[in-house]
Amino acid sequence: MQETILEVNGLNAFYGRAHILFDVDLKVRKGEVVALMGRNGAGKSTTMKAIMGMLSRTQGEVSFMGNAIAKSPPHVISKMGMGFVPEDRRVFTDLTVLENLEVGSQAEREGAPYWTAEKLFELFPNLGEMPHRPGGNMSGGEQQMLTVSRTLMGNPYLVLLDEPSEGVAPVIVEQMANMIMALKKQGLTILLSEQNLQFADLVCDRAYVLENGHVRFEGTMEELDANEDVRRNYLSV
Amino acid sequence: MTLSGLLVQLLNGLVDASSLFLVASGLSLIFGVTRIMNFAHGSFYMLGVYVAYTFVSHMGESVGGFWVAIILSSLMVALLGALIEIVILRRVYRAPELFQLLATFSLVLILQDLALFIWGPEDLFGPRAPGLTGSIEILGRNFPQYNLVMIVIGPAVLGILWLLLNKTRWGVLIRAATQDREMVSTLGVNQAWLFTSVFALGCFLAGLGGALQEPRIPANLALDLESIGTAFVVVVVGGMGSIPGAFLAALLIAEVKALCIALGTIHIFGIDFPMSKMTLVAEFLIMAIILVIRPWGLLGKPQATARNDHSAEPPLRPSLPIFKWCTAALVLALVLVPVFEETFPYAQIILVEIFIAVLFAASLHFVMGPGGMHSFGHAAYFGLGAYGAAILVVTWKLPMELALIAGPLLAVLGALVFGWFSVRLSGVYLAMLTFAFAQIVWSIVYQWDDVTGGSNGIFGVWPSDWLSSTTALYYLTLSIMLAGILILRRILFAPFGLAIRAARDSSLRADAIGVDVKRVQWVAFVVAGLFGGIAGAVYVFSKGGISPEAIGVGRSIDGLVMVLLGGVQTLFGPIVGASIFTWLHDSVARETDYWKAVLGMIILLIVLIFPAGIVGTLSHLWQWIKHHRPLQTKKVEASK
Ligand SMILES: Nc1ncnc2c1ncn2[C@@H]1O[C@H](COP(=O)(O)OP(=O)(O)O)[C@@H](O)[C@H]1O
Ligand SMILES: [Mg+2]
Repeated sequence: MQETILEVNGLNAFYGRAHILFDVDLKVRKGEVVALMGRNGAGKSTTMKAIMGMLSRTQGEVSFMGNAIAKSPPHVISKMGMGFVPEDRRVFTDLTVLENLEVGSQAEREGAPYWTAEKLFELFPNLGEMPHRPGGNMSGGEQQMLTVSRTLMGNPYLVLLDEPSEGVAPVIVEQMANMIMALKKQGLTILLSEQNLQFADLVCDRAYVLENGHVRFEGTMEELDANEDVRRNYLSV
Repeated sequence: MTLSGLLVQLLNGLVDASSLFLVASGLSLIFGVTRIMNFAHGSFYMLGVYVAYTFVSHMGESVGGFWVAIILSSLMVALLGALIEIVILRRVYRAPELFQLLATFSLVLILQDLALFIWGPEDLFGPRAPGLTGSIEILGRNFPQYNLVMIVIGPAVLGILWLLLNKTRWGVLIRAATQDREMVSTLGVNQAWLFTSVFALGCFLAGLGGALQEPRIPANLALDLESIGTAFVVVVVGGMGSIPGAFLAALLIAEVKALCIALGTIHIFGIDFPMSKMTLVAEFLIMAIILVIRPWGLLGKPQATARNDHSAEPPLRPSLPIFKWCTAALVLALVLVPVFEETFPYAQIILVEIFIAVLFAASLHFVMGPGGMHSFGHAAYFGLGAYGAAILVVTWKLPMELALIAGPLLAVLGALVFGWFSVRLSGVYLAMLTFAFAQIVWSIVYQWDDVTGGSNGIFGVWPSDWLSSTTALYYLTLSIMLAGILILRRILFAPFGLAIRAARDSSLRADAIGVDVKRVQWVAFVVAGLFGGIAGAVYVFSKGGISPEAIGVGRSIDGLVMVLLGGVQTLFGPIVGASIFTWLHDSVARETDYWKAVLGMIILLIVLIFPAGIVGTLSHLWQWIKHHRPLQTKKVEASK
C-alpha cells in the first residue's frame, strides 16, 4: 500500500459563528484519486478550503506529507506542493492565458510531475490556440481548463479539485474525466469534490460522502455503488 | 487672452499633469492591490520635496549629482514607506475600512510633525537644477527648460510602469492580486511581500514626484494635504487601480486648471468670478461629476460592492434608570459650575469649548454610527454654519439671535447638495467625496476675499449685550448642546431612526420592507449637517470670529477621532470622546509643539488596540465582569 500523503483528523470549520464541518476525518494515499461527495451545501468546498488554509477559523489536525499544516497560510501550503482548483474558477480575467499560467508557476519539485505551458497546451489543445487571449474572453469550459492548468503550473503532488464538472457542457465533462485519468497516470494525487456518482465512478478509487458537515460514508467506489442506503440518503437528488 | 499666453498655460498644464501623475499613479497602484486608500500618500510626496532639498543642497552642484540626489531621495521615501507598511499597515489590512483610512491619516499627522522636527516650520527654497536653469522662447514667451524635462518625465514613467506591469513576473502578480488576492496566495505567492513591494513602489513614485518639484517650489508643511486632495481626485476620475486612467485624469485635470488660470477673472451677471482662484473648486467639481455619472472612473472597472462590515453592531438600547439619574446629576453639576467662578475661573471657557465639540461630535456620530456613512468632511457643515452666522452679523448687520438660527441654514443647504451626491456612494468613495466637498468649502472660504475675508477670516462677531458675559454665554451653549443631543437621541429612537439603522445594516432588505434608503440617508445627512452647523454658529460667537484654519481638514479629523475615541457604537461615546479629546487637546497642545504627532499616536492606539473606543471598551469590560462573576463563585463552591 502507498504512503499517506494527506491526513485530516477531527476537522471542524466555521464561517463566523456558523459551525459547518464536524470532526471530519479523511486520508488520501499517494497516487489515488479520492472522491469527496455530497449534495449541494454538504460541506465539500468548505473541507477543501479548510485544508488549503483559506478559512480564518478551523480546529483539528491536517497533515500533508508528514507536515502539520492546519495553522499554515495558503501560500505556504501551496509551496509544499498542494494545489487547489476552486469551484467558481476564478481565472484572472484581465490576464492572458499565458499570464494566468505565469502566476501559478513554481519551481520543479522532485517526485511530482513537471509542467510547462507547452505540456499543458498538449493536454488542453483549446488553450494552446489562444495563448494571448484575456481570461475574461473565454467560455466556461475554457476557463475551467485554464484554472486547472494554472494550478498544475505549481507542479503539485496533490490537487484539490472542486467540482470540475459543474456547470460545463457534456463534452467538457468528458474532457475533464479524460484529463483526470491522464493526470493520474502521470502520478498526480487528486482529491476530487463531486456530486455526480457516474463521473466519480469513472475516475475515482475511493470515496467519502459528506452530509451536513459530517462524514457519513467511507469506502471504495464498488462499496459505494453497492450501498443503496447511502446513495439514496446522501447523494441522489 | 493671447494665443501665446494660452499656449504657455497649456504647456504648464502638461508640467502639472506629469507631477500629478507621479503622485496619483502610486496611490492608485497601492489601492489596486491592498484596497487601502492611503491618506498619507501626500505626506510621502512632501517628504520627497524635503529630502530632495537636503540632498540636492549637499550634492546637487553637478548635473550628475543633482539627478543622483533626486533618485536617492525617492529611494529614501520608498524605504520609509516599506518600513511603515511592515510595522503599521500590515496590522490593519483586515480591519474595517474606516479604521484603515484613519490609520493612514494618523500617518499624515505623524509625518507632518516629523518634517517639522527635522526641517523646521520655515519654507525652504532649494537650489535649481544645474544645466537646466535657463529658458527657451515660445512665441515670444519664456518657458523654463526644467519644465520641458518635467513634461517628458510623466509619459516616460507611464511607459516604464507599463513595462513593469506587463513584462515582468512581479507585474503579472500585481495585476493578478489587484483582481483576486486570495487566489494568488493559494497559488503560492506570499501576499505580505507583494503588498510591501507595491507600497514601496507607490511611495517611490510619490517621493519622485516630490523630489522633482524641489527646484520649482519651496518645501513646506502644507504640501501633504494639498497634494493628497488632488491625488484623490485624479485616482477617482481615472478609475481606482488604473495607471493609464490616472495618466488621462491627470492630463484632464491639469489642463482644466490651466484653462481656469488662463481665463483669469470673468464677469457673469455683474459678478466677478476669479476663475484663476477657482482651480481647486474646478477639480473637485470634475470629480463629483465623474463619481455620479461613472463612479468607477474613466478607465476603471465597476467594483463589486463591498459587503458592509458593521453587521455585528448591537442594537441601541434605551438607557437604564441609574444611567438617567447619573446624567441628571451631571447636568445639575454643569448648571452649578458658574457659581464656583472664583475657584475655577477657567472652567467655563474650557467647558464652552467642550460643549461645542460635543455637539459637533454628536452630529457626526449621527451619520457615522447609526447612519453608517463615514464622512471625512464634516467640517464643511461646521464651517458653513460658522461663516453663515458671521456674515449675517458682520456684513448684513443682523442681530446675533437671528444669525444663530439663520446661519446653520447655510449648513443645511450645503448638506442638501453634498448629501444628494454622497448617499449614492459608500466606503472609500464616500469618504473621498465628503473629503472633497469639505475641501471645496474650505477653498471657497479661503479664496473669496470679498465675502469671507479670505485667509484672515471674519472677526468682531460678538454676541448681543445680554449674552456677552462669560456666564450667559456658558448657559446659552450648555442649553443648545443639551437640546441638540436630546433631539438627535429622540430622532434615533423614533421610526425614522429605525429606518436609518435598517438602511445601514442592509440596504437591500430595508428597501424590501419599503424604506426609501437613499432618501432616508439623505435626510440623515441633512440633520447631521444642521447640528454641525449649529455647533459652528455657536463657535463663532464664543470666539468672536472665524478663520479658514478652524474649518479645515483638521476639524473633520478631530470630529472623527472624538467619535472613535468614545466609541462609535454607543450614543454616549461621542460625548465622552469629545470631552476627553478637547480637554486633552487643551492641556497637551500647550505643552508641546508636536500635538499633531500625539494625536496621530492616539488614533493609532484606537485603531490597533481599542477599536471599540473608551465607552465601548468599558461596556465590554462590564459585560465580561457580569458574565464571569457567577463562574468564579461556582469555582469557589466546588473547591469547598
Ligand atoms: N462564505 C460563507 N459564509 C457562510 N456560510 C457559508 C459560506 N460558504 C458556504 N457556507 C455554508 O456552508 C455550508 C457548506 O457549504 P459548501 O462547503 O460550499 O458546500 P458544498 O461545496 O458541498 O456544496 C452550506 O450550508 C453553506 O451555506
Ligand atoms: Mg461546493
